[in-house]
Amino acid sequence: MSVVEDTQTLRAGTIGDSPARPDGISKVQGGYAFSSDLSADGCLFGATLRSPYPYARIVSIDQSAAWKISGVEAVITADDVPGQLTYGLISQDQPVFASDVVRYVGEPVAAVAALDPETARRALDAIVVEYDERSPLLDPETAIAEGHELIHPDGNLIRHQRIVHGNPDASGAVVVEGTYEIGMQDQAFLGLEAAIAYPDPGADGVELHLATQWLHEDQGQIAACLGVSDDKVRLVLGGVGGAFGAREDISLQVHTCLLALRLGRPVRMAYSRAESFLGHVHRHPATIWMRHHADAAGTLVNVEARFVFDGGAYASTSSAVLVNGITMAQGPYACPNGQVDGYAVRTNHLPCGAMRGFGAVQACFAYESQMDKLADACGLEPQEIRVRNAMRTGDTLLTGQPVMNVAPVEECIRETAALPLPDEPVGGAPLGDGSPNVMKLPGGAGRTADTRDIVRGIGWGVSIKNLMYSETFDDYSTARCRLTDGVVTLKFATAEVGQGFITIAGQIARTVLGVDEVVLDQIDTGVGSAGSTSASRQTWMSGGAVDAACRAARERLFEAVGRSYGIEPVRFMIDGTDVIDTAGDLRIPVSEASAGLEIEETVEYHHPETEDLDELGQGNCHTAFAFVAHRAVVDVDPELGLVKVIQIATAQDVGNALNPLSVVGQIEGGIAQGLGLAVMEEIIQIDGVIRNGNFTDYLLPTFLDMPPVLTTLIEQPDPHAPLGAKGVGEPPCISSTPAVVAAIRDALRQAGIEKPLNRVPVRPADICL
Amino acid sequence: MTVAVPTTLDEAVRLFAAEPSAMLLAGGTDAMVEINDGHRRPGGLVIALNRVSDLRTWRHDAERRTLTIGAGVTYSELMQEPIATLAPALADASRTVGSPQIRNAGTLGGNLGTCSPAGDGLPVLSALGAQVRIVSAAGERAASVDDVMVGVKRTSLKPGEMIAEIVLPVLDGWQGYAKVGVRNAMVIAIASACLVVDTDARQLSIALGSVGPTIVRCPEAERQLAAAVDWAALSVPSDALDEFVGLVSSASRPITDHRSTADYRRHAVGVLAKRLARRAFTAGERRS
Amino acid sequence: MNNELFTLRVNGIDYEVSDSWLGESLLDVLRDRIGLMGSKGACTQGECGSCSVMVDDVLVCSCLVMGASAIDQNIITIEGVAPVGTPSDVQQAFVDAGAVQCGFCTPGLVMAVHDLLKRRGRPTETEIREELAGNVCRCTGYGRIVDAVERVSVQRRGNSQEESS
Repeated sequence: MSVVEDTQTLRAGTIGDSPARPDGISKVQGGYAFSSDLSADGCLFGATLRSPYPYARIVSIDQSAAWKISGVEAVITADDVPGQLTYGLISQDQPVFASDVVRYVGEPVAAVAALDPETARRALDAIVVEYDERSPLLDPETAIAEGHELIHPDGNLIRHQRIVHGNPDASGAVVVEGTYEIGMQDQAFLGLEAAIAYPDPGADGVELHLATQWLHEDQGQIAACLGVSDDKVRLVLGGVGGAFGAREDISLQVHTCLLALRLGRPVRMAYSRAESFLGHVHRHPATIWMRHHADAAGTLVNVEARFVFDGGAYASTSSAVLVNGITMAQGPYACPNGQVDGYAVRTNHLPCGAMRGFGAVQACFAYESQMDKLADACGLEPQEIRVRNAMRTGDTLLTGQPVMNVAPVEECIRETAALPLPDEPVGGAPLGDGSPNVMKLPGGAGRTADTRDIVRGIGWGVSIKNLMYSETFDDYSTARCRLTDGVVTLKFATAEVGQGFITIAGQIARTVLGVDEVVLDQIDTGVGSAGSTSASRQTWMSGGAVDAACRAARERLFEAVGRSYGIEPVRFMIDGTDVIDTAGDLRIPVSEASAGLEIEETVEYHHPETEDLDELGQGNCHTAFAFVAHRAVVDVDPELGLVKVIQIATAQDVGNALNPLSVVGQIEGGIAQGLGLAVMEEIIQIDGVIRNGNFTDYLLPTFLDMPPVLTTLIEQPDPHAPLGAKGVGEPPCISSTPAVVAAIRDALRQAGIEKPLNRVPVRPADICL
Repeated sequence: MTVAVPTTLDEAVRLFAAEPSAMLLAGGTDAMVEINDGHRRPGGLVIALNRVSDLRTWRHDAERRTLTIGAGVTYSELMQEPIATLAPALADASRTVGSPQIRNAGTLGGNLGTCSPAGDGLPVLSALGAQVRIVSAAGERAASVDDVMVGVKRTSLKPGEMIAEIVLPVLDGWQGYAKVGVRNAMVIAIASACLVVDTDARQLSIALGSVGPTIVRCPEAERQLAAAVDWAALSVPSDALDEFVGLVSSASRPITDHRSTADYRRHAVGVLAKRLARRAFTAGERRS
Repeated sequence: MNNELFTLRVNGIDYEVSDSWLGESLLDVLRDRIGLMGSKGACTQGECGSCSVMVDDVLVCSCLVMGASAIDQNIITIEGVAPVGTPSDVQQAFVDAGAVQCGFCTPGLVMAVHDLLKRRGRPTETEIREELAGNVCRCTGYGRIVDAVERVSVQRRGNSQEESS
């Protein structure tokens, strides 16, 4: 780490320490209640009927047989939606239930509630829907070319955005070009979608306990569909078993509330894994063409690109994903000129939206593959070309926006390069009998390879990620701090999804207010919005809100102490757990100073305003940026196309590591998802039908697929961040993917094989056939 | 629905005879997936076999040079000594199955009863020429494992018949199993192969998984390689190895599905065959 | 047994299970009939390991065990590992090492780690990774979990040396 902590002065549980998660013990003992663990006496079980066709007209829905089944309490369709018939994060284009047309396999058509899950399933089977199948739109280029009937009233194009910057015709001595494809990745959180809705007496309101990333956004969307005011819908966060973007959109929320309100009884819904693959949005598949122009020394002159994101059947956040992708086309590199054309389109594939990295992942695979091509063309090493072009504070993006944050791109690369390479040869140290340790070879227990079949390669990936929301969105966060008798109680609506915000919230309060005991109130809609747990934003935004609320409470405390002792409040500060007079001798413990006081402060934290992009893609649309470098070492079996990642080294721009252990956890976890996209994770749809919607066939990295990670935290506190801390969640999964793929290309080159590997995930056949 | 948990083979056979449509539940690692996902819904009798002690034992007959494995022996047990030394390819294959949790539950008899072409134990049983002892109320019969496996998840077992034991020869000679999956653990084979060498008989056999409706044998390749091996030196000319690879690949009958393509599978079984043969024999100079 | 009533012995306590469909997995019986919610389910296919329990001292995925077939067996779930508020060494190490994020995979992993360390006192990193490959974690990238296992392994060795000296 570039900053050495002085542990002597670090008080336990404050900023910079890595205290235990407050929910840790209950999680390891199995007592922590995830949303899928929630139940209530007398609750009914909901289930959803889904379309089997990617595109079809609904001719009729016959519910009569379902109603005849004993134990079936309700069957609802679009006709039973009292409020707005559609929802959506940016545009409300997605029906609560399809009424006239189904647009993807898995689209909800009806829902039922029954006395038990089995009866609910039988009721679904009994609903007869007559469909008139239509020819699905599956090729994004057809959507752009307007070569297909409109599959949605809003059109087949969700958004088109250009960027033109500097002299778009500029060129240089070296030009490299390529087309890259990114497959559809699933967030694959382990804790499946589940919620329980409790209707108010009289059934004019509802309380929903659920796993989500953004309570207030859900609240607004649900209330609109129910046709009630927001205050009639109260949301409480149930335990969240991971999110990664997949819980930002509505899935079962409206259905559960509708059933509960209709029946006046609690209703529980829970998805299976197969249903989860259909029920939430995924990472956008994308096709990206890029042409990079550089001078003979490898300095970038111009970047041209064309992005096509397949948004699937509904818009979700596609337009924002598109903007992230195209505005990051240059990567973390200075470039004076550029021309980018980007499309997000509608097809009859599964809807796509947020997933960790949000558009930046797709862009990065393309621009980092290009940077390697450029390095080759210029005769430079991969890290040399990257250092040569590394972005610095004050450099501008192709949108014309200057990067005003700390931008230690070069430090990230140099510190990553300084981390040691693996000291073990291919196959590791031989076992006692002289044989290689198969678990260290590609193929693992499958014993496919002998040491001599394997070649090793090294690859690089460096990336930029925007933090917080963009394009004028005011994604503020709210926190309430109560101080009494030396105990702080914090309330916020920040969704804790596993990332550990609840840990750092306590650290912030202990640091600012000099207390030891921090109580966390229930996370619900009983306080203002916190915005979404996404976009690497909660440490900055909700951390900023908690910090500001604690500071406001501290001012009140100082005023109270000042009144008691006749001292100007401005002379006080917190030293450890004491209030001290900086111009005198007074020192009293915070517990004493706050005895009998009832201080409560609620504060909203807003980031500076951002701008929309204009027609030429110019504008200060982003809030802040973070950077990271990855170096992958990969062993490859060129003949079978199997891969084992041996090591990932990384140095990440984190600003200030509020909780270093949590930061490392985010880094390692994000890298695992980037590795998954590189070599195994893809939702396969054939003719619009998902073929691998289960964990037998949608492969996630296991313990044996993930290598050790060497991490250096680049700690340069960002002056724009409330605590100097940048969000750390997304960067790890962005450039780890191209680093792994570059290492595979490098390994193949050692074996005398040139493969473009311009598509992720890289499949065995892409390597060996 | 009824669940019976017999503890003796006689009891299990009697129950099965009384209700030949009963579902047999061995380790549950295949059947419960189908039940959980609603693809299968037993309505009558389920006979759980995991506590039938007769099925959970194994024995080595040194004189006859056979290893007899009860149908209920788990993969975890097959990885232990002395089975791992007596039937090394079976131990190799067992180690590739799923995870410790799956290997602790899944059984060899269950693998054969399910008869998936991707069953990891099955190429080994085929390459070893295993005999299956099948019991029913009418008595017992023996069948070769290749005769038991008739199609994708189809066996030649008749109603009321269950797999009791699997008898394997204990051979002198190298044997091994290799399996290709897209992950380094916990993966279904997209291609697999087992090579068994019998140095006494100067014969060898190779069986392929996941490249046909059932386990694929390659008699032509087996004859070709056995004829090319220098049995004294246990070496083989490298061009004979190439020929062997071609014959193995062409014996495979793979399909394209969401897990892989036919082309890749055909290629991969050839590579596996080559590497297994290379482990079994020293690859020598090309024949002049 | 055909009266849809059976008894399971879980964490040393006999539970009568009634009104269940006999084809239900042990996981569903534990959660929905007995009310022990600590075992988690994320796949129903034995692919994620979240539902790991011990049945007669053998680590299995409870989603792949037919509940009614586990009569007369000794079932230990996460709730039976240690009393509430008094975590086992493995559980404490998970918290201390940062091995817990969302925590959904954690109960299954704790079961698997206890089983691993019972069978292999001093596993190498590669052995840890092979032995735990049936437990998928989507949050951590596994590094801190490996660290937690190594911490317990070292700690237990230290304890046993103290006892022997």
